[in-house]
Amino acid sequence: MNKLLMHPAAKPLVFVLCLLPFAWLFYGALTDGLGANPAEYLIRAAGDWTLRFICIVLAVTPLRVIAKLNALARFRRMLGLFAYFYVVVHLLSYSWFDMGFEFADIAKDIAKRPFILVGFSAFVLLTPLAATSFNRAIKAMGAKRWQALHKLVYLIAGLGLLHFFWMRAGKNNFAEVFVYAAIIAVLLGWRVWNYVRNKKPPPSLAATAPRRGPVIR
Amino acid sequence: MLIHSRDDGFLHPRSSEITPKGVYEGRRDMLRWLAGGAAGAAMASWAARDALAQGAAPGKLAPLAGAKSAVPGAQTMEKLTDYKDATSYNNFYEFGTDKGDPVKNAGSLKTRPWTVEVEGLVKKPGKYGIEDLVKLSAQEERIYRLRCVEGWSMVIPWIGYSLSELIKKVEPQGNAKFVEFLTLADPKTMPFVGSRVLDWPYAEGLRMDEAMHPLTLLTFGMYGEVLPNQNGAPVRIVVPWKYGFKSAKSIVKIRFVEKEPGTAWNKAAANEYGFYSNVNPNVDHPRWSQATERRIGDGGGLFAKRAKTQMFNGYEAQVGQLYAGMDLKKNY
Repeated sequence: MNKLLMHPAAKPLVFVLCLLPFAWLFYGALTDGLGANPAEYLIRAAGDWTLRFICIVLAVTPLRVIAKLNALARFRRMLGLFAYFYVVVHLLSYSWFDMGFEFADIAKDIAKRPFILVGFSAFVLLTPLAATSFNRAIKAMGAKRWQALHKLVYLIAGLGLLHFFWMRAGKNNFAEVFVYAAIIAVLLGWRVWNYVRNKKPPPSLAATAPRRGPVIR
Repeated sequence: MLIHSRDDGFLHPRSSEITPKGVYEGRRDMLRWLAGGAAGAAMASWAARDALAQGAAPGKLAPLAGAKSAVPGAQTMEKLTDYKDATSYNNFYEFGTDKGDPVKNAGSLKTRPWTVEVEGLVKKPGKYGIEDLVKLSAQEERIYRLRCVEGWSMVIPWIGYSLSELIKKVEPQGNAKFVEFLTLADPKTMPFVGSRVLDWPYAEGLRMDEAMHPLTLLTFGMYGEVLPNQNGAPVRIVVPWKYGFKSAKSIVKIRFVEKEPGTAWNKAAANEYGFYSNVNPNVDHPRWSQATERRIGDGGGLFAKRAKTQMFNGYEAQVGQLYAGMDLKKNY
């Protein structure tokens, strides 16, 4: 399995797969296949896929460790950037089709509606993660600071979930919200459990950590 | 010159002109659907609309004719929503919470036999079979705007008669201040009754003067046919100046009460859905603004601009006086 993931065609294939939901939505938009309220459908579907890609990204590390598939790490950046891609589609669709790019109205919405404020904050926090996703940024920041910044994805996942929850609370319709909450709880919970289980200092400090073992006199 | 003709004026029919017996026996059916067609054609020509081009009903349900209504405000001139959209984009949580669920799942609803029970503070309570209820007063076609609290709207040609016709017949007592409507809640035929989204049965209510208003429609059909299941068959109310959730569907009970009844969405989220729920661009929903709305099937598709929401959904001239002096921000 690890070998398959290392195949030169693997990344392009995953790229195409990640683009499929967008392609389907785009095609649906062009052919009036998004139902009676296409704008609402598009905004909601883009939001759904953002949340799904956040879950997929958060699943990379647990899967890599549990299944010992180190090659999965190669895909994490692409998957994360696709989460950003779908959140941009979500935000653009809302700004354009719901609000007609009236920035004063959009600002008012962000200020007055808690669920939009939370969603917008998640977007704002995800932006530096997208902006520092390429190799030169990692080198410039240094591994420790880069990792600390990218741990923000945990908070972003929580904010995204809250955004979805608050939106659905108006219709008392929580079934889907609970599914995503359960998935994210497991993915984050695994990290807590993994950290506690290993009780290892963070990898970047491993080189300087005191080694256990008999003292050689 | 007097030339006598042998023609006595009687036109002898040829045998080919004699009406076949089957056709003669079906003459009443033919009249019935001619009447429906004629009413439809009259409506269409009056409003200069081509019913077929409007996305009319496909003719799968029984026809229901309604005469042109003379009630002020009852006939908007706006473009009708396509039948396809009106019957496949619905909120009817008894059949699921997605917009496409009712059309998929409402097939299990049994609309015959159907009884509407009238009870409470009335001098003449009783049980009305749906066939009798349909005939209680003359059916009218009303072309109303329907505005959902979610921010979308449609224009639908309903068929029914003013609820006041029924109310007058049952003679409410002096202390009957409100009318409560209860929807069927049968878990055997409605798969999502029992889900925790709402309290069941779905309950709605109107103040007596709102219920007596001529625009409040006891509704039996749409687009020249009986109601499809997903739109609240076989009988519902339509209150066009309020958010759509006030227009209860598939009604089994009409109760006349003294105190303001609890309503489904108010019980689910009291700070978001009030008893009155009049369409009001100045009173926001806590989660989204009500200043604009999206007209389904607008023609612009994805790029259709949202329209400004009108006070009382454009029925201010007809219903504004019901709320004179009321603080509509408090009584949302």
